[in-house]
Amino acid sequence: MKLSDRLFGVVVILGALAYTAGAFQIQASFMSDPVGSKTFPLMLAGVAAICGLIFVFRPDDDPAWPGRMTLGNIVIAVLVMVAYAHALKPLGFLIPTAICAAILSFQISPRPLPATITGLGLSIGLFIIFKYALGLGLQPLPKAWLG
Amino acid sequence: MELFSNLALGFSVALSPFTLFLAVAGCFLGTIIGALPGLGPSNGVAILIPLAFSLGLDATSALVLMTAVYYGAMYGGRISSILLNIPGDEPALMTTLDGYPMAKAGRAGDALVLSGFASFFGALFATIGLMLLAPLLSRIAYQFGPSEYFALYLLAFSTLGGIASKNQAKAALASCIGLGIAMIGLDNQTGMPRFTGGNLHLMDGVDFLVAIVGLFAVAEVFVFIESHGRESSIGVKLGKVTLPVRDLTKGIGTMLRSSVIGFIAGVLPGAGASLGSFLAYMGEKNVQGEKGGFGTGVPKGVMAPEAGNNAAAGGALVPMLTLGVPGSGTTAVLLALLLTLNITPGPTLFTDRPDVVWGLIASLLIANFVLLAMNVPMVKMFVHILSVPAWVLLPGVMMISFVGIYSLSGSYFDLLLMIFFGIIGWIFRKLDVPTVPIILGILLGNHMEDALRRAMILSDGDWRFLFGFRWHTPSSGYEFYSAIPSSLLVLAVAGFVAPIFLRRVIKKPQAVSD
Repeated sequence: MKLSDRLFGVVVILGALAYTAGAFQIQASFMSDPVGSKTFPLMLAGVAAICGLIFVFRPDDDPAWPGRMTLGNIVIAVLVMVAYAHALKPLGFLIPTAICAAILSFQISPRPLPATITGLGLSIGLFIIFKYALGLGLQPLPKAWLG
Repeated sequence: MELFSNLALGFSVALSPFTLFLAVAGCFLGTIIGALPGLGPSNGVAILIPLAFSLGLDATSALVLMTAVYYGAMYGGRISSILLNIPGDEPALMTTLDGYPMAKAGRAGDALVLSGFASFFGALFATIGLMLLAPLLSRIAYQFGPSEYFALYLLAFSTLGGIASKNQAKAALASCIGLGIAMIGLDNQTGMPRFTGGNLHLMDGVDFLVAIVGLFAVAEVFVFIESHGRESSIGVKLGKVTLPVRDLTKGIGTMLRSSVIGFIAGVLPGAGASLGSFLAYMGEKNVQGEKGGFGTGVPKGVMAPEAGNNAAAGGALVPMLTLGVPGSGTTAVLLALLLTLNITPGPTLFTDRPDVVWGLIASLLIANFVLLAMNVPMVKMFVHILSVPAWVLLPGVMMISFVGIYSLSGSYFDLLLMIFFGIIGWIFRKLDVPTVPIILGILLGNHMEDALRRAMILSDGDWRFLFGFRWHTPSSGYEFYSAIPSSLLVLAVAGFVAPIFLRRVIKKPQAVSD
């Protein structure tokens, strides 16, 4: 089966079309030059579309995609990271970091105790390094707790 | 002599206690980064850049720290190649071929010491080469105008694509994606927003550090989740470390040949250290012939790729500093560092900021000796660090990446973008789409477009200008012809097409993407 590359090729072509449409949305300015703001992006979209066609018609062999379990794990990892990105500002550094690091550690090696220790250790250790050795202005805990 | 006065200036910068401290710290960190499987020189440097900023380092200090990390990672990569049969980074791949068999035969210590010396030899050779070649090249590059630069960028992308993937179309696509991402944000020439979709966060464009850390570090975490950290376990025990003098003296010719090959491979735009170690190993294998026993665990088999890889690492700095066109993935990351520090590499760098250039060269010379000391007598310490398990290492890398990027802008949007790049990086790695051209595209996209547009302004819209035709007024017919742009363009086409045919001749062991 060579489905991956064919599918990828279709996505690339659609992306190139969307990029072309985006290029035509660029508003002209009172300053202008012979090339303009559209030409170079349009050239890129053209080359990308050709590449997409090549993938559709001359695909490589499929890579080894992970099974459903592993894929689920990666989705969980992504969700944890997104949640972390949102939590970092309101909740401070220590709590989200400990939770996020523990979950990631658990996903690589599924043992609860070492994962918890890793989470706590990384959270506190990195906070000390960042705050006192590198002098970053990190907030340790939620603002409300600190009064 | 000019060279000596320049070097004196360099050492006066590099020998200040603080710079010296940074060089030593960088070497130490770099060796660890190189030795740990999954953390290569490009990720390592990428993760550390945001932290270097928050330390408030000035340009010279930041550059000294990062290049020390870079050189250190090149040395360190061999440690896990030899002991675990896992390359610590891509360029160290060739070292596994003879290093691991040597370690299994009980000669792990010898292999580490010999490859350490070979690394030193290669890196020293390349640093001296950089010293001699870079000023010459910058004098030539002084004459380059926009059409030459446009051709040069094209050359960089086509040669980088040529070796980064098995499929040329995928390499070309990666360049397009990178260049396309660079277009996001305000247009330099007209000030109009492009491809922002009305999102205010995108007005400044996509920060290349976000893309670099996402594509390299975050994607690596996904790879590890997929493999459940299977790829990291201590394999071979290290016995006593002694200096095998006889093997060393017998290998001087090997180291010299490999350094020359590696340095040349490094200077070529887009080639980088992986190609350097590959060519050095293959070349030396041919020189030694059947009797050499390459692949069965011979000392020369670890010395050749390590000398080649470290010489290429130094060589790759030549085009980065003189032309602003990086020769490898990691030098692309170093270029990102320079641009963020408001230093534009290029021919003028040598005249405008001699303190930066020569300070860097002097630091590299010092770093080499520091690294030799760290990697030969003190190599056992790094072997212990290798036993950090993946389930501690990877969450740590992840958290450092998050804090690094967060400290740059303090916005969750950049963090989300970083995660997005991580997912893309993982999928692309599956599909054998190389990620280094994407980084290079994001870095150089605006420069490349500017070169094209400035060339067209100069020629009033006549595209023949790009091929070297020059005239005083567009209507008067061309006055003379410059061969540089078209020769660069011919090289670019050749560099893109040649691998398609060469690939049938040389079977590659693995995709090269340092």
